[in-house]
Amino acid sequence: MEKSKKTKKYKQSDGHIWIWLTALSTAIGLFMIGGLLILILSNGLGIFWPSHLQQFKLKNGSIYLGEEWEQEKVKNEDGSGNSERLRIKIANRDIYGLDFKWIDKADIESIIEPDSALVLERMAWGQFYGFASKLTDNDQLLAAGNSAVIAALPKYMDEVGKLQEKINRIEKVEIKDISYQTDALRLQQKSIEQKEDKTDSDNQDIVKIDAQLQELHEQFSETEQQLIKLRTEANRYILEMLAVSGEPKSILLADIVRYFQPNDMNVLQKSGLYIARLWEFLSDAPREANMEGGVLPAIFGTVLMVIIMSIAVVPLGVLAAVYLREYAKQGLFVRVLRIAVNNLAGVPSIVYGIFGLGFFVYVIGGSIDRLFFAESLPNPTYGTGGILWASLTLALLTVPVVIVTAEEGLAAVPRSVREGSLALGATKFETLWRVVLPSASPSIFTGLILAVARAAGEVAPLMVTGVVKLAPSLPIDGYFPYIHLERKFMHLGFHIYDVGFQSPNVEAALPMVYATTLLLIFIVVALNLSAVFLRKRLQQRFAVTHL
Amino acid sequence: MATTKSLTIQPENHSLETDRTNHKMETEHPSQKQQKNNKAAISIENVNFYYGENKALDNITLDIPSYQITAFIGPSGCGKSTLIRCINRMNDLVDAARIEGSIQFNGKDINDKDVDVINLRRKIGMVFQKSNPFPKSIYENIAYGLRIVGVRDKDYLDHTVEQSLRNAALWDEVQDRLHASALGLSGGQQQRLCIARAIAIEPEIILMDEPCSALDPIATAKIEELMLELKKNYTIVIVTHSMQQAGRVSDKTAFLWLGKLIEYDKTDKIFTNPAQKLTEEYITGRFG
Repeated sequence: MEKSKKTKKYKQSDGHIWIWLTALSTAIGLFMIGGLLILILSNGLGIFWPSHLQQFKLKNGSIYLGEEWEQEKVKNEDGSGNSERLRIKIANRDIYGLDFKWIDKADIESIIEPDSALVLERMAWGQFYGFASKLTDNDQLLAAGNSAVIAALPKYMDEVGKLQEKINRIEKVEIKDISYQTDALRLQQKSIEQKEDKTDSDNQDIVKIDAQLQELHEQFSETEQQLIKLRTEANRYILEMLAVSGEPKSILLADIVRYFQPNDMNVLQKSGLYIARLWEFLSDAPREANMEGGVLPAIFGTVLMVIIMSIAVVPLGVLAAVYLREYAKQGLFVRVLRIAVNNLAGVPSIVYGIFGLGFFVYVIGGSIDRLFFAESLPNPTYGTGGILWASLTLALLTVPVVIVTAEEGLAAVPRSVREGSLALGATKFETLWRVVLPSASPSIFTGLILAVARAAGEVAPLMVTGVVKLAPSLPIDGYFPYIHLERKFMHLGFHIYDVGFQSPNVEAALPMVYATTLLLIFIVVALNLSAVFLRKRLQQRFAVTHL
Repeated sequence: MATTKSLTIQPENHSLETDRTNHKMETEHPSQKQQKNNKAAISIENVNFYYGENKALDNITLDIPSYQITAFIGPSGCGKSTLIRCINRMNDLVDAARIEGSIQFNGKDINDKDVDVINLRRKIGMVFQKSNPFPKSIYENIAYGLRIVGVRDKDYLDHTVEQSLRNAALWDEVQDRLHASALGLSGGQQQRLCIARAIAIEPEIILMDEPCSALDPIATAKIEELMLELKKNYTIVIVTHSMQQAGRVSDKTAFLWLGKLIEYDKTDKIFTNPAQKLTEEYITGRFG
């Protein structure tokens, strides 16, 4: 009796240990993922919030205006315990050369938060922290003194903003139109010139095109004149600033993206600014070596690439799975093939990238160029990296996942349902197409979800197949044929790498890296959720339940 | 071995025939042919069947009469399912299966090379042991057999779906949810749906492989009633585990044992006065 009780107790506790162990490993995994998410969330979401500017007066008399970035404990040089130091962002890169400054806490004499401190976000050189001194219009004084200038600023910013809009329209629409037409005509002309035996009408065409080109050229100079005029007008307004250390700085109003006084804002105003900055991040093109501005082209590139990849990978993977599962004679060869497919998923992605470069870009793209775009050679059209080739490379990378899951889905469709269809006189193909594939579609979607999750985060293969740090135009625009799959593109993953490790000022770019990382995670989650949602709907429709 | 007699039963004209007009299906109605010569619907002669090295059927010879219900009974593994699946060549799907002998249907051996198996299966429908509705709506389940031959005429589809459901005694229960998933039906309803699906393409013969084995007694009774109704228009072959069922519905009964046909005769005779001792022992429940 006693003994049996003991063994029972022992066995129970033994089981508990295993449960604890499994729970522990789950917890460690969750903790790490949660920690990563919290780190990215807190850093990525915080950067758009305007933080206060503090004026540090040091004992040696120097003054700095900046926001506190971090605190750190360091060992004193003589080993006599620790001292604390602060890192502050002082901005004004064009004056100080650096955005950040370390100061020892012990050296600080006083800290104040001046209400009048002004933050300017500029088109170039990053932010400027300081105080406004005067506002001029072609050397004519409009306002002097910090508060007067700030009161006058909205009116002139508005005026400059309108001019800026006009300039933008001319640059992005009219000039682009002209250059697009010019390019098209030049190509046409070149293709006629390349003909071996030119007829008279060909020569006439060349002359005609010359005339058209001339006309376009005139149009272009005219527009350029207009542009110069607008620019001079916009550049009339100059804001004179004073850094806290006394250096003056003249800044064109046209170069100012946004201005605010963080120490003089209530929560509502700050929230408004937060939303405005967040929106800029999501909807604008990057500026200043990608360190400022938005990431819209990268969002666009990432999503479009994933969509093209999905369009390519699903048919390829499903067809392969159908062959392997339904038509191939099961045997050693198919088994080996299956193992090979599984192993393909483990090949390093850069290998796929290099394969994509060699096969898609050089072989297929090069052939397309020779056949269809001969007139623009030696400039490559498809024979260079582009979003299509990058997407197809990723499709190759992820196709094993789709094959494996689709095969599992096909195998799970009960034999009885197939027999039901065959007994009605359906052929094997009809059965497959109308009964088996719909029933397996949830699994196929699972494969797609896994493929998307992998592809959206992949960077290495893209670097050799068409991703760039700054793409001049999006792959979809208003010019025929509207979708330009040969174009290079930007990608959030590559953007993180580029901004975080390749930019001239890595420290200042750090917030951007966090925000971009967060955005990439959001996009992957959103893409996945939409696929999960679709799968759920399919499951409701095609769930095969049997009594 | 038991010999076979062709029975003469005058088939009645049936309702499915009524207002069919300009559709693309080419299935000729069985009654026209069968009325002329009242021979057996299917003649099975000296059929041997192998799964690899295993002999599953041993020299089976029997004639299945038109417009009657023929039941195959016997203990598990006796080959009755194999035999019924030979009739519409469902065994083609089994790797390493091999058949010898002849199965005559409409004057042709169904295993001839020039017989189109797709066509054969459209003429010899099948209902399975496990109800196997497609993961589609009730309507699409019935329309499936027509859609795969390219019928697009909505009126004709609607009409056929209704008629088939009526003939399968399911119309009243599902008429207001035709476009709901067939998987939401009860087991008995699903099985009747499968019957409706089979008769929608107007086969000549319906094979039923233990159609009631997964159903409760009430659902079973409904299906049996349905079978008696259907035999006016179709030749029915049923495999069953239940001797009571064979006794209740069938006109002729074949008793198989270890792949051999032990006895084949009128159901009355088999159940009251079997010629073979083995049959008697099986029917009285001494083994099986």
